[in-house]
Amino acid sequence: MNQFFGGAAANDPISQFKIKSLLDIDVAGFQLDFTNSTFWMVVGVFLTLAFFGVAASRKALVPSRLQSVGELGYTFIADMIRGISGEEGLKFFPLVFTIFFFILSANLVGMLPFAFTTTSHVAVTATLAVMVISIVIGYGFYKNGLGFLNLFAPPLGDMHPIAKFVLYALLIPIELISFLARPLTLALRLFANMLAGHIILKLFAGFAVMMASAGGLLIFGAVVSFLAGATINALEFLVAFLQAFVFAILTVIYLNDALHPSH
Amino acid sequence: MTAVSYLTAFAADAAAKEPAVFPPLDTWHFPSQIFWTLLLFGLLYFMLSRFILPKLGSTIETRHSTIADNLDEAQRLADEADAGQKALEVRMAEARAKSRETADKARAKIETQINAETAKVDADLATKLDAAEARITHLRDEAMSNVSQIAADATQAITDRFGVKTTTAAASSAVGKALDS
Repeated sequence: MNQFFGGAAANDPISQFKIKSLLDIDVAGFQLDFTNSTFWMVVGVFLTLAFFGVAASRKALVPSRLQSVGELGYTFIADMIRGISGEEGLKFFPLVFTIFFFILSANLVGMLPFAFTTTSHVAVTATLAVMVISIVIGYGFYKNGLGFLNLFAPPLGDMHPIAKFVLYALLIPIELISFLARPLTLALRLFANMLAGHIILKLFAGFAVMMASAGGLLIFGAVVSFLAGATINALEFLVAFLQAFVFAILTVIYLNDALHPSH
Repeated sequence: MTAVSYLTAFAADAAAKEPAVFPPLDTWHFPSQIFWTLLLFGLLYFMLSRFILPKLGSTIETRHSTIADNLDEAQRLADEADAGQKALEVRMAEARAKSRETADKARAKIETQINAETAKVDADLATKLDAAEARITHLRDEAMSNVSQIAADATQAITDRFGVKTTTAAASSAVGKALDS
């Protein structure tokens, strides 16, 4: 049996998420090591900066391909924000743009063989989610003052006072819970998607290798497993884009609540 | 050996190898992950919002305004061309009317001239005709009187040949009688 697991580290679908410290850094008792996760995050950020840096440096009236793709990303995010919260929402354009491309680059870098997927760690996605919600709450109170609390008690219009009271008694807890669930779902959706995708990829690839090395009729199983893995791989690219998009669009929707709290 | 036994063996092996915490839930790296995520996100945000996005935005803005300007300019030139066309048409119509008027005037003038000339020539011809007719009548009368003279002479001569002496008056009256009958 052990021959199949000779390279146990390579076949085990979980060890790809293991964090290894590359450089020990201790600041005030906090262990802020530079890890393999950090390294690939740096790679993603660097690639994003390099791509848009080059795209922005070419200010041609008729854009080259690279400049065109860069501007496509710009208008894509800008149109998304405009569609949801109008021209007013554009003050958050750099933030949403950064969120989208930070996550997209991390997801796509994770698709490289042997690379680490930083977004498959709940610590990373939760940090981003909490940051977004903090900005929503902070900006909501800064702009609307206590009027931001209208978010939890939307106007009901003309209504009998008792009916109003009953409705609010039901509505406010629901709104509160749904608001509190936002950072949770935001963080878990991205985390779970990236984690599950990479586990499945690793499983199919591992099966293919195991069955192929077993030989005999299992070779066919290996072929099927490999093809399934390749298909899932294509799907994962879609998921990488989609999850970045979902995170960004939800960020815009939540920011829109801060801009216009009375729904 | 079936695929199912591989799966179970695989799972058992994985479980044996990794009794430790599931890596994403391992807590030792949380401070590092949070710190580096915020730092790198901040860096990306700073670089993008400060340097890259304004440039990209201004390029797109410049393109939009250039295209809009060019369209406006094209519209302006098209309008100008239309106006020119209209002015040309007006002037063409004016010129046509003027030429028609000039032609009409010329025709009228020529017609009056022709009429005057024709009347003059007609009058001339009429007087000439009258004169000619008078002359012809005169000549015919003269010729006729000459004829009766010659006839009288001829009659006298013929009668002379027959040996009858006639007077000139008698011959003349006889000829007159013969001619009148």
